[in-house]
Amino acid sequence: MTKAKQTAQEEFALLELSMDEIVDKVEELSGENVFDCYQCGMCSAGCPLAEEMDLLPNQVLHALQMKDPEAMSANSMWICASCYTCQVRCPKGVDLAKVMEAMRQIYLRKRMDHVSLDGLSHREIRRLPQIAIVASFRKKTG
Amino acid sequence: MSRIGVFVCHCGMNIEETVDTRLVAKTLKEYPGVVHAEDYDYMCSEIGQQKIREAIVEHNLDGVVVASCTPNMHQETFRNAAEEAGLNRYRLEVANIREQVSWVHSDRQVATEKAIRMARAAVEKVRGDDDLEPIAVEHETRCLVIGGGISGIQAAVDVANSGHEVILVEKDPSIGGHMAQLSVTFPTLDCAQCILTPRMVEASRHPNIELLTYSEVVKVAGFMGNYEVTIRKNPTYVDTDKCNLCDKCSEVCPVSVKEEFNEGLSERKAIYLPFEQAIPSSYVLDENACLGVKPIRCGLCQDVCDVGAIDYDMAPEMITQKVGAIIVATGYDLYDPSHLTEYGGGKYPDVVTSLQFERMVHPSGPMKGQLRRPSDGRPVKRIAFVHCAGSRDPGRHNPYCSRICCTYTAKQALLFKKGVPDGVGSVFYIDIRTDGKGYEEFAQGIISGKRIRYIRGKVAKVVDEGDHLTAWGADTLSGKRMEIDVDLVVLAMAMVPSEGTAELAKTLHINVDENGFLKEAHPKLRPVETTTAGVFIAGTAQGPKDIPDSVAQGSAAAAKAIAILAADKLSHSPEVAAVNEELCSGCGICATVCPYDAIKIERSGIAVVNDILCFGCGICAASCPAGAIEVKNERHMQIEEMIGVALGSEK
Repeated sequence: MTKAKQTAQEEFALLELSMDEIVDKVEELSGENVFDCYQCGMCSAGCPLAEEMDLLPNQVLHALQMKDPEAMSANSMWICASCYTCQVRCPKGVDLAKVMEAMRQIYLRKRMDHVSLDGLSHREIRRLPQIAIVASFRKKTG
Repeated sequence: MSRIGVFVCHCGMNIEETVDTRLVAKTLKEYPGVVHAEDYDYMCSEIGQQKIREAIVEHNLDGVVVASCTPNMHQETFRNAAEEAGLNRYRLEVANIREQVSWVHSDRQVATEKAIRMARAAVEKVRGDDDLEPIAVEHETRCLVIGGGISGIQAAVDVANSGHEVILVEKDPSIGGHMAQLSVTFPTLDCAQCILTPRMVEASRHPNIELLTYSEVVKVAGFMGNYEVTIRKNPTYVDTDKCNLCDKCSEVCPVSVKEEFNEGLSERKAIYLPFEQAIPSSYVLDENACLGVKPIRCGLCQDVCDVGAIDYDMAPEMITQKVGAIIVATGYDLYDPSHLTEYGGGKYPDVVTSLQFERMVHPSGPMKGQLRRPSDGRPVKRIAFVHCAGSRDPGRHNPYCSRICCTYTAKQALLFKKGVPDGVGSVFYIDIRTDGKGYEEFAQGIISGKRIRYIRGKVAKVVDEGDHLTAWGADTLSGKRMEIDVDLVVLAMAMVPSEGTAELAKTLHINVDENGFLKEAHPKLRPVETTTAGVFIAGTAQGPKDIPDSVAQGSAAAAKAIAILAADKLSHSPEVAAVNEELCSGCGICATVCPYDAIKIERSGIAVVNDILCFGCGICAASCPAGAIEVKNERHMQIEEMIGVALGSEK
């Protein structure tokens, strides 16, 4: 197991939430019904960042439907740039960008990590997904 | 003093669960005028009906109330039973204690009280009921069929074979519909025209069928058995009988437009033959494309016509016909591909619809069966077929499944592989729905036998790369995104109701569903009937379906129409409005509000009701300031009594 994967799983454990609770929370925060998805794959087919994701966007939704913890430990939500291409194309009208944001929020609201800009090396800033940095700082602004 | 019998139905547990039927019967037995009351498990059963018959004879009943399900279900059953026992059928009333009581309430005590009041109200109605006799109505024996596709042709031929005359109206210059455009039909791979054209010929030659092509129904008046329809026959400017198909007119015609029959893949002249097997077999002058006939701007076609078939003076003709029944089979159109912007539908010439592909592979189509790219004419070696293009997409397009696309895409992939054995076919699907007889075996046989690549995922975007197209897809089974290069993209377009369906539905006073398809009277039990008596629907105008289903519905609608056309006389309910001439002042309010145009103010200055047009809705009765017009067996006094007891007043 890669270190990143292990860290992701440890962080998931720190959430102390069951997958049932997580799916409910995702739906509450996003306002979307993840069970609307019928797995046509159009989101993944059009996603500009799908190649970088552990799970393709449609697989993230499938994992949520199956209550599979991998939905929360995969890097997909942090790669998602909220470009909304998936939302525009989805035939079932699922706003997947909102779902991804809700999943991120579940982590961010736990305030588990304490990112400070000073503490990040140039290399880290270059390598970290932009959306992760944006999200990390957003929780500091309330 | 009346002698009324009350029967309370348990409907198994449907009513009994929420209503104490025994208490209802017991309470009603004490009600003034009721001489017999009982409850039973299923009043609609033969035993239940026998109870009604026996009680009528034994207690010499002059009225019956059955408290049961809605009168739409079993009023006729119970009335027939009453009639058999010698009671006038209009002296039996149904109190609906299922749909209006047990199914909508949960408190047993309250529901029982409501059931008692409703049964009492029905007793009050029966008390005032008179003996009535059904009205016999003379009717027309001809049938109108609107739409000359396979479904309409089938309906027309079936009705004609029963010995009744048929008027078959088709909007286009030839009958045949979309089936005439198809290459081969699944799952048997019959050539579509080979099986269609015999039917077209049969319809055109049948002594009982009058064919009106290039025509539209513009007005419909009347009622079941006696419709008066107005049909506009548009001018073709060519005398069908004289035209000898020499093609000289078309050769000299200077105007070219996109050819409808080839789905815009080729061009035709303003004067043209719709297609080789067109019926009627005649050239047609397209007034919109022509440089001008009024006044004549060009006139070349008339100059070269040796037989003098071209007549620029032809004018639209209004034809009025009387018919007894109407069958609507107006078919489908494909959803406009330009709505699918992410696929470049309607923009990239090499992104074609499924019907365009049918024409491309057709041996007598615009490419003579040689599959070439519409853009540059290069041979097609790689194709991406995209399922559900505009279907199953409640977010942006049509929510329903178009039903036939899965199977015809397999067929099209097969035709591609037959024509281009080294070609690569990729089919992007969400689910494979091959529901007809033999369809699953057909499609799976092609998938495995022809090594077609089926990719479980929908295409998100088609990119024009100049000399080829790239389809962005995802294989959701392996979780991999993919981009594949192809020469042609075929969109399995959604079926939508044909243009003008909504207007025609309005003309016919029939309903359309939320997607614009014609709505059946009952989704399961009355699939080809509409809520307007005497108007039937068939084929894809009712919803997406394949050829066998369209043909079956055509025959089904024909059977329903024949039942009307062949009847000696039609029976009309006598529960219609009647005017008290002493009270009527001839103010005409009733005539204004009548939705059926059933009331006229005569010269004598009083209102007269046409019994046959009247449906007994009672709007006139409610609007008459003098109380001079009433519906038989629903008179003001009866209704007042019913309301009284329903609200709890004691007798």
